[in-house]
Amino acid sequence: MIPENLYYTKEHEWAKVDGENVTIGITDFAQEQLGEVTFIELPKTGLSLKQDAMVAAIESTKAASDVYSPVTGDVTEINQALEDQPELLNDDPYEGGWVCKMVCTDPGSIENLMDAKAYDEYLKGM
Amino acid sequence: MKLIFDKSVPGRRGVQMGKGDVPETVNIDKKFLRKEDATLPELSELDVVRHFTGLSKQNFGVDTNFYPLGSCTMKYNPKMAEKVAGIPGFADLHPLLPQLRMGGSLTQGALHVLYETDLLLREIAGMAAFTLQPLAGSHGELTGMMIMAAYHRDKGNKKTTVLIPDSAHGTNPASAAIAGYEVQTVPSDNNGVMDMEAFKSMINDEVAGLMLTCPNTLGIFNKNIKEICDLIHSVDGLAYYDGANLNAIVGHSRPGDFGFDIMHINTHKTFATPHGGGGPGSGPVGVVEKLVDFLPVSLVVKRDDGTYALEYDRPKSIGYIAPFYGNFGIILRTYAYLLHHGKEGLRRISENAVLNANYIKEKLKDDYHLPFPQLCKHECVFSAEKQLEHGVHAMDIAKGLIDAGFHPPTVYFPMTVPESMMIEPTETESKETLDSFIAAMKDLAQVAKESPEKLHEAPVSTTVSRMDEATAARKPCIVCV
Repeated sequence: MIPENLYYTKEHEWAKVDGENVTIGITDFAQEQLGEVTFIELPKTGLSLKQDAMVAAIESTKAASDVYSPVTGDVTEINQALEDQPELLNDDPYEGGWVCKMVCTDPGSIENLMDAKAYDEYLKGM
Repeated sequence: MKLIFDKSVPGRRGVQMGKGDVPETVNIDKKFLRKEDATLPELSELDVVRHFTGLSKQNFGVDTNFYPLGSCTMKYNPKMAEKVAGIPGFADLHPLLPQLRMGGSLTQGALHVLYETDLLLREIAGMAAFTLQPLAGSHGELTGMMIMAAYHRDKGNKKTTVLIPDSAHGTNPASAAIAGYEVQTVPSDNNGVMDMEAFKSMINDEVAGLMLTCPNTLGIFNKNIKEICDLIHSVDGLAYYDGANLNAIVGHSRPGDFGFDIMHINTHKTFATPHGGGGPGSGPVGVVEKLVDFLPVSLVVKRDDGTYALEYDRPKSIGYIAPFYGNFGIILRTYAYLLHHGKEGLRRISENAVLNANYIKEKLKDDYHLPFPQLCKHECVFSAEKQLEHGVHAMDIAKGLIDAGFHPPTVYFPMTVPESMMIEPTETESKETLDSFIAAMKDLAQVAKESPEKLHEAPVSTTVSRMDEATAARKPCIVCV
């Protein structure tokens, strides 16, 4: 199931937009591909990122891969629960497994994202 | 199998020490003494011998079984090279000797080995000079990238990025980043090689160079290799050849002729030196003429009278990257291996490595999905997609192979192929061994179809059954005894 209220990237990150506040994470498809997540390297709060810049790194039993920022903005809060429970990324990718919260400094960057329908079609085309 | 601590019996001893004739006094300051006795196992000599002999029998290696771990080139290392490395005149040499007064005359043989190995590698790779110092392939990569950075600094070039294809070994981006560059990933095209259009669009004056493996991780030779090197040179970038797969082309073609400027050789893959265990390793780095000045110190030079010396006066050198002269014993094994095989032998190494990989590829292509069906080089990559329909993953096939007596192939790498299984038989295996591996793989494909649950339980024949890898990584229990 792809939540209707989120925006998506081709690299399988999601973004929940609430005004200028944006929460980001990885999609169910991403966690499925990664397999059991064993570690996540979270960003520091205050970090300024451009859209598509690396925001976190995830290690699983299969692979290590980067998470890219869906929007341009500053990191305001990180999900510290992931440090002790990286499995949240597998078990609950859209809620408990959120990666970080950001303040979007370039609203234009949000316009580049896919909505749920477009992401669903993108997945079907893969 | 019980731990040696579990076998301990209080009071049991291997040796009964006689009463000493030295007075029992302790001269160590009390604050340094431990508060309680160390918990050590108490056993007889025979208990200990049986314990460790039992452990050694559980070792799994190329000396015991077929080990087609793709990308790692787990070939057999002939014992001849080990014997040469054990010759006391080499094995007992002190590394400081050539730097001591008159010591050079006592180390001419060792310096000769280093000098000649450099010459042989130049001929094999098409490079102008080699440093034999790097202590591993990855260390060679870093050395090569530091040379790249030194070149651009020397010319006053303002370069920021290094291009690396998405199928590259993970060490490539790490080496480029440690050398101070930003890494940009070039996607693969539908044929499994670097996408030329994407590559062209990424080339600009900021590009310091490209790191490329050829043949790549899928075992595919890039036919555009000359054009790729020319394009990089057009912005005064340098082309770095990751020699991880040189064993597929050695004796037939040379990275220097493709247009590469810097390269490393993994001596354990292309030639026969020991694998893994954290070393000792060796990753000689070769460069073209315009980069020779940047090579690390020291270099072995030949004087007019035919004697050898170490040269340190190289002002543009990137400096020391390893103590002394690299892992000399490994270079020595390489030298012995090269002389033993000669030009014809080296050609046959790559021919047989390629033949063996293609034999497996053709024999298994009906049983497993083959995403890139063209002729491969030294390794072939299957996907467990067909088996996934029955709920069987690449990991389950890998575990099933353990029960069949084979080391699994590399799984889930390269990441460009889902459920990948990367098989590299190497040139040292016989047709009989390959046939029995093929039979085991066919058998597993059948089991996957008929009773997939069996594979979920594999391995069942080993001392320890399927590991919980996720928990091991999430909650590592590391005990120091």
